[in-house]
Amino acid sequence: MTSQINLRLQHHYPGFALDLDLQLPGKGVTALYGHSGSGKTTCLRCIAGLERASQAYVQVNGHIWQDSQRNHFVPVHQRALGYIFQEASLFPHLSVRANLEFGLKRIAHQERRVDLAHATELLGITHLLTRAPHNLSGGERQRVGIARALLTSPKLLLMDEPLAALDSQRKSEILPYLQRLHAELDIPVLYVSHSQDEVARLADHIVLLNEGKVLGSGPIGETLARLDLPLARGDDAGVVIEGRVGNYNLNYQLLTLQLPGSTQHLRVTHASMAIGQPLRVKVQARDISLSLHPAEHSSILNSLRVTVVSETAADNQAHVLIRLDADGTPLLARITRYSRDQLGLRTGQILWAQIKSVAVLA
Amino acid sequence: MPLTSADLAAIWLTLQLASLTTVILLIVGTPIALWLAHTRSRLRGPIGAIVALPLVLPPTVIGFYLLLAMGPHGYVGQFTQYLGLGTLTFSFAGLVIGSVIYSMPFVVQPLQNAFAAIGPRPLEVAATLRANPWDTFFTVVLPLARPGFITAAILGFAHTVGEFGVVLMIGGNIPDKTRVVSVQIYDHVEALEYAQAHWLAGAMVAFSFLVLLALYSSRKSQTSWS
Repeated sequence: MTSQINLRLQHHYPGFALDLDLQLPGKGVTALYGHSGSGKTTCLRCIAGLERASQAYVQVNGHIWQDSQRNHFVPVHQRALGYIFQEASLFPHLSVRANLEFGLKRIAHQERRVDLAHATELLGITHLLTRAPHNLSGGERQRVGIARALLTSPKLLLMDEPLAALDSQRKSEILPYLQRLHAELDIPVLYVSHSQDEVARLADHIVLLNEGKVLGSGPIGETLARLDLPLARGDDAGVVIEGRVGNYNLNYQLLTLQLPGSTQHLRVTHASMAIGQPLRVKVQARDISLSLHPAEHSSILNSLRVTVVSETAADNQAHVLIRLDADGTPLLARITRYSRDQLGLRTGQILWAQIKSVAVLA
Repeated sequence: MPLTSADLAAIWLTLQLASLTTVILLIVGTPIALWLAHTRSRLRGPIGAIVALPLVLPPTVIGFYLLLAMGPHGYVGQFTQYLGLGTLTFSFAGLVIGSVIYSMPFVVQPLQNAFAAIGPRPLEVAATLRANPWDTFFTVVLPLARPGFITAAILGFAHTVGEFGVVLMIGGNIPDKTRVVSVQIYDHVEALEYAQAHWLAGAMVAFSFLVLLALYSSRKSQTSWS
C-alpha cells in the first residue's frame, strides 16, 4: 500500500476557483497554509466529501474516495477520516462520554485502533466524561472534539483551524496535546492554518495556497527557506530546524542541538532533555547576521559555518534575503543591502552566520 | 348530566380525528419540513407558499375544492371509486384528509424552524463520525428538534380540534362519522339549546386555554418554534 495522498481538485464558485494537483506524504502533519479566502477550508471539505468538487481525484493511502472521471464518490460516512471543525461542534444533547462514543460505536471492533481510555488520557479529558458540553471551556470542548474524531480510528485526520476560535491562552493549552498526538499516533494529518507559529510547531510538510492555487509544496525546513515563495520575503521569515539533543549542561542550563547530518550544533537555553530526543527550533531571518570571520569573544552563543546559496529582494528596498546552507540545513538571513555590498557576498562564499536567538518550538 | 350522549360522541370523534391527523401530519410533515429547511432548490419558495396557504384561505375555500376533488366527478373521487372505496365526501376518512391539509402549516412550520435552527453543522459532524443519513436523523436531528416536534404536535392537534368550516363543507353533520364538537355546538345554537351550547363551548375554551398555557409555559426551554 502506498503511503501517499494524491489530490486533484477543481471546484468553481462564483468569484472563486480551486484548482490544485498535489502529492502529499501519507504520514506526519501536512499544513495547508494561506490567507483566508485562499481555498484551504474548501480543499479540506472536498477531501472529506462534505463538498463535492466537480472534477476531483482523491486517493488516501491506497483508498480512492473520489474519482469524478469514473463517477466514483464515497459518501462522507463511509470514509475513514476524522474531521476537526473550527468550533468543536459537540452534540449538545449528549454528555462528553456519549459524544466520544458516538463515532466509536459505529466502528467495527476489529477496526478500532484507539480506545477511549487512551484518547481521553492523550487529550487530558478523563475527568470531564460525565459533564455536558455547555459546561466546558472552549479549549476543553475542542479537546473533546479531537478525541471524538480520533476514536473513529481514522486513516486521515483533517483539522480545519482547530485553534482559530480560541484565545492565545487556550491555544497554548491545546498545542502540546497536538504535538503529543503527532508523536504518539501514526495518523497522517492535514492541518489548515493561517498561523505561521502553529505551522512551524506542528507541520512536517507545508502546502502554500493562494487564491485556490498551490504556490509551493514541500518539507517544512526546505519550503520555508525557498526564496521564490512569499513566505521568505516577510518580516517574519525564518526557518524551522529539527535537530537532536546532543548533550546538556546543567550548570548553564544549556542544551546542545545537533544539526541533521552535520557536526555543527546550536546551543539553546532549555530545561533538561534526554540525549537523542528530537527538538524543533525556529530561527528568524532577521536574527542572523553574517560575518567573514568566526566571531571571537562574543556573547552570541551560536555561530555556524555556512555557504551562500542565493539571494533575493526583501519586501523593502533596504533589505535583501540571503539563503545559506549549513551542511545541508537551509537558513535564511535578512540583512541590509548595504551590508551585502560591504561584505561583497557571492554564491559559494563561505561565511559565519551569527544567530542572535533561537526559539524552541515546544 | 350537562353533556348529552350526542355531545360525548362528538367529543370522542373530535379526539379521534385530531389524534389521527396529528400522527399523519408528523409523518408527512417531517420530510417536507426537512426539505424546506435544507434545500437550495428554486421550488423552495413555491412549495413553502403552498404549505402556508391554509393559514390565510377561508376554510370554506379549502372545503369547497376538497368537496369538488373528492366528489364523484373529481379526480380523487374517481380514483377512490375505481378502487372500490366509493367517495370520501361525508366520511371520516374524508375529514382526516381535509384536516391534514387544513392543519399542515401548523405542523410543518415549527418543524422547519427547528430543523433550520439545528443548521448543517451537526449533520456534517455526524457524517464524519460514520453515521449514515437515517442514523443521523434518529440520533441527532430528532433529539435536537424535540421542542419543535412537541410544538408541532400540540399546534396540529389543537388546530384540528378547532376546525369548523372545512368539516361543514366536506363532512356535513353525520352523528358518529363527521359531527365533531364545533359542528355539535352549531347544531345546539341552531336548535336554540343555549345551555347545551354553553357547556360544550365552555369546554372548548378551557381546553384551548390549557393547551396554549402548556405551550407558552414551556417556551423558555425550547430552542425554537414558529
